[in-house]
Amino acid sequence: MEKDQLIKYSELLKNYSLKRPLNIMEVCGTHTVAFFHTGVKDIFPEGLNLIDGPGCPVCVTANGYLDRAIQIQKEHEVVLATFGDMIKVPASYTSLQKLKSEGVRIEIVYSPMDALEIAKKEKDIEIVFLSVGFETTIPTEAVTLKKAIEENVNNFSILTGNKLTPPAVDALLTLGEVKIDGFILPGHVSIITGSDNWQFLPKKHSKPSVISGFEPKDLIMGTLRLVQLIENGEIEIDNLYKEVVTEEGNRLALGFIEELFDVTDANWRGIGVIPGSGLKLKDKFSLYDAEKKFPVTMPEEVENKSCRCGEILRGLITPPECPLFGTVCTPREPVGACMVSFEGSCSAYYKYRK
Amino acid sequence: MDEKILMAHGNGGELMGTLISDLIVDIFGKDSVQLDDSAIVEPGEGNLVFTTDTYTITPIFFEGGDIGQLAVNGTVNDIAVMGAEPKFLSCGLVLEEGFDISSLRKILLSMKNAVDYAGVRIVTGDTKVVEKGSVDKIFINTSGIGMMGKYSFRNEINPGNAVIVNGTIGDHGISIMAERNKLSFSKGLSSDSAPLNHMLLAVGEKFGSSVRFVRDATRGGVASVLNEVAGSRDFSIKLIEEKLPVRAEVNGVCEILGLDPLYAANEGKAVLITDSGKAEEIVKVMRTFPEGRDAVVIGEIDLDFPGRVYIETYVKGKRILPLLQEDQLPRIC
Repeated sequence: MEKDQLIKYSELLKNYSLKRPLNIMEVCGTHTVAFFHTGVKDIFPEGLNLIDGPGCPVCVTANGYLDRAIQIQKEHEVVLATFGDMIKVPASYTSLQKLKSEGVRIEIVYSPMDALEIAKKEKDIEIVFLSVGFETTIPTEAVTLKKAIEENVNNFSILTGNKLTPPAVDALLTLGEVKIDGFILPGHVSIITGSDNWQFLPKKHSKPSVISGFEPKDLIMGTLRLVQLIENGEIEIDNLYKEVVTEEGNRLALGFIEELFDVTDANWRGIGVIPGSGLKLKDKFSLYDAEKKFPVTMPEEVENKSCRCGEILRGLITPPECPLFGTVCTPREPVGACMVSFEGSCSAYYKYRK
Repeated sequence: MDEKILMAHGNGGELMGTLISDLIVDIFGKDSVQLDDSAIVEPGEGNLVFTTDTYTITPIFFEGGDIGQLAVNGTVNDIAVMGAEPKFLSCGLVLEEGFDISSLRKILLSMKNAVDYAGVRIVTGDTKVVEKGSVDKIFINTSGIGMMGKYSFRNEINPGNAVIVNGTIGDHGISIMAERNKLSFSKGLSSDSAPLNHMLLAVGEKFGSSVRFVRDATRGGVASVLNEVAGSRDFSIKLIEEKLPVRAEVNGVCEILGLDPLYAANEGKAVLITDSGKAEEIVKVMRTFPEGRDAVVIGEIDLDFPGRVYIETYVKGKRILPLLQEDQLPRIC
């Protein structure tokens, strides 16, 4: 889009006169940050309220997951390999960062393949990859695992905390705690899942939605189009990211996932157990399933009572409404995961506060 | 097999003597290095500026430079951004036992090239060897002396002043991060390590106190440096997103890893705060130097968010650029 056009559409959004106040939810954490980062949120018209959805994988990972990873490390002396933004997340009793500072070897990797490479090079250690993510990263994990299996790398396993986003959005609407008029659906996730996977929004919940990319123009056009759908009572999904999102999704990637994983229930921080929202490794791949390979005695899961991450993840409050926000809980000393992850709502509000 | 640094290279004995005379002095030049306990120099008229910095980068050789070149350029730039002319450097080497002498030679030659290009001299130095594992291959300390001229780059900053940068931002930090982590998608990235003294001298001599302030945007990048300037002051610094020069390769890596080039280190970039009426002329002069080829006005001083740095985005939204809380970590998706 030409610069002049971008400015024209920004003006259109800024000066848009809503018929009534509207709540729209962006599901994806990358969108949460993009709305702040591009300044598009700053030009929202009066009455348009953006509610952050549960789309930050680190944020929705319940304490029990990290507790288990830490316990596996302690009881079996494995080397944990993780994406960078997991290391500061406080678990019930400690964090990976604290363990690291105490001298425990924790590998920060950019891709599960890097973790597999370490396992191949260092045969005498057990590498456990912390597989936390949504539909966007799961295929890479599946491919890595396939490679590990093919090459018979038996000192590599994954602890799955992978989650599926559509069931979480479905659960939020079923809970009915927060009134949402329409959704901006995740562009990257939809590349994998396809747009049809979101049809439950108009069909079951009568919610109009748009699938949008992440550039300023995408955010502006997506927002304007969603407002238009809501105001016109057009209950449908408009895919504005057609250049990469198809109706059926990426069959190849989905095939990899189906080959290795079974759908299961998953525990989401702040929301609870959502049926069919998680993935577990198929039984025949138990050797690569860290949970089965390294049985542990789990400590009692403890959540900080004053942390309101849960309500933030359910869209009930905004981060500044949490009493810990910016005082006790900061990116340097995070209390909840939403303050840790780059894509977390609290982190974004803190970083971009004025 | 390659010759290695031994503990005896630092014990004050014969081997150390050979290392210093045959390698270090030979490269830096007999007329330059004084082998006495201290060097005696004739600085000239005016106030002295004096600075020191220690360089510990991994990897020691990287796309666009190496630790030796960095150690010269970094200290030269610390002097130049004050509005002074750098003259003399010291060179303190801390070498790890077992370090390749061929690598040391390469680093020293690179330092020599850098001092020649910057027009300064290394006049004194020190060499220590420490046991294997005590340092990572080589650490270099350089101290530098420069002379203040008739002007200074430490003047009052006022609303309306322009903010200039001498070229693309984030090149060094993102290039090193990509190289360190062997990112396969990082082709075409390169450090921007460069001495800025010639360019800044020309700007200072021509525009004097119209240049209100200059700082090299090293650790923490442009955003952090400007935060230091704006912090607890009654003005704010506004950057304009569409004016920011960022190489496509740098943007690419940043987008994938969730990093921000505004917070990535530079080793050949400075931000200048100048009188707005002179800004375009200053940019024109900067562009006549290779290290200022892409110089551009990127923002201005205003009063909108006192004490803060902010950016006006492409869509004319405003976003605060806060002080960095932590190291930037790559994200999950």
